[in-house]
Amino acid sequence: MAEQERTFFEYLAYISENHSPLDFMLVADHIDKFFYGALLTIEITVLALLIGGAMAIPLAVARAYRHPWLNGPIFGFTYFFRGTPLLVQTYLVYYGLAQFDFVRESFLWGPILSNAWWCALITFSLNTAGYTTEFLRGAIENTPKGEIEAAQACGMSPRRMMWRVVLPSAFRRALPAYSNEVIFMLHSSVVLSTITLQDILGVGRWLNGRYYLAYEGFITAMIFYMILVFFISKGFRFWEKRWLGHLRPRDTANT
Amino acid sequence: MTHPSETVLALKVEDMHKRFGEVEVLKGVHLDAAVGDVISLLGASGSGKSTLLRCINLLETPDSGTVSVHGETIGMTTDKTGQPVPSDMSQVIRLRSRLGMVFQSFNLWQHMTVLENVTEALVQVLKMSKPDALDRARATLDKVGMFDRQDYYPAHISGGQQQRAAIARALAMEPEVMLFDEPTSALDPELVGEVLKVMRALADEGRTMIVVTHEIGFARDVSNKVIFLHEGAIESQGAPAQMFGNPESERFRQFLSNALH
Repeated sequence: MAEQERTFFEYLAYISENHSPLDFMLVADHIDKFFYGALLTIEITVLALLIGGAMAIPLAVARAYRHPWLNGPIFGFTYFFRGTPLLVQTYLVYYGLAQFDFVRESFLWGPILSNAWWCALITFSLNTAGYTTEFLRGAIENTPKGEIEAAQACGMSPRRMMWRVVLPSAFRRALPAYSNEVIFMLHSSVVLSTITLQDILGVGRWLNGRYYLAYEGFITAMIFYMILVFFISKGFRFWEKRWLGHLRPRDTANT
Repeated sequence: MTHPSETVLALKVEDMHKRFGEVEVLKGVHLDAAVGDVISLLGASGSGKSTLLRCINLLETPDSGTVSVHGETIGMTTDKTGQPVPSDMSQVIRLRSRLGMVFQSFNLWQHMTVLENVTEALVQVLKMSKPDALDRARATLDKVGMFDRQDYYPAHISGGQQQRAAIARALAMEPEVMLFDEPTSALDPELVGEVLKVMRALADEGRTMIVVTHEIGFARDVSNKVIFLHEGAIESQGAPAQMFGNPESERFRQFLSNALH
């Protein structure tokens, strides 16, 4: 085993020095950094999607039913977060908040608002909440009227109807749009590397800055992102198969 | 609260008025349904028969008039703008569970299988345990001939099968009155028969039913009372033998001759 490994690395070193435009040895030497970077990327992306998704459900319901006081402010919120680049939003939170004395003096400053990780998580969560709210609102509004009347007619309370009929149906119809949102969020997470965090791209940038070799770091980062997208797509295909069976054409169903 | 069922009506509608904007759709309609009555509501389109049905379980809010289910009257009041509203929504929700409704376009929940459609309200509204609800749902589906389609999604079965599943969904709740809103109007002609057969079986076992329909044959052969609506008011009503054998109303005679051609 050890013999084989050594010869593989010898081969890699040989290729890198003599034939390849890429220095594979450099990548191999720092591959652990990329894995740690991937962990950070996944961590922030998943947490932001969970928090943002949880926020989006009540916001989308309030929007879909035109809540008298909440609809306007929520529209303003989604308009802001969908209308401006995530990078700018992140800068605003990370660099901007520090300008205010009351922020720096508040008890949140030390543990949270002076910390890049927290600033990113807050901004990303609000950003994905903005997008998710709007397409979930669309899905809720498109619930067939007849299905709502059927729920009313059998004696469901509005709350029960929401949880048993409207939202399950809307979630399913929103699933394809949500898979895009998840992939966009992953791609947008490169913003992390601009506020001192070592995500996948952050490691690639570090490699570039240290050795003046662009391809090694950036191509490795791309491959990492592609692998993550591959698993996300696979996951969504599985869920669509499982939850969207009722939307499949009739003749391919139940076979 | 025990009522001798002979004396208390399953459903009583008194002086119901409903207007959509300028159009007065219902102009003071009365309707009494004793337990076991099968009442057919006939009338040209726009005569208000579907609106009447939808006002009974408050899918539409009547402007005035009362609905009583088994002696219990639905309390109504007016909101700040003077619009009529139920005074106690929880009462409406409770009474709706005792009025089964079958819609023209079936309105099955598309993301649930046939079995889940029937089980849903048993568990969520009647608070039955899951196993009990499944037993009752399967027995009801068997009754309407849908047992072997229980795991299909609505989109994957025919309209007639969807409507039978929708009837099972309403029937499984064991409602005191079943309301049918043109249950065969959205069906291809060759599928109408299977749905009417199920409805006929329900009538034969003594279910109280109010049926808005264009099926003259069903009204004549199955119901024990026929109500003919014209422009939001009851033009004539009576037993089918009398109504069809010797129609007093000229309008009803005209309606029949149009319907039969």
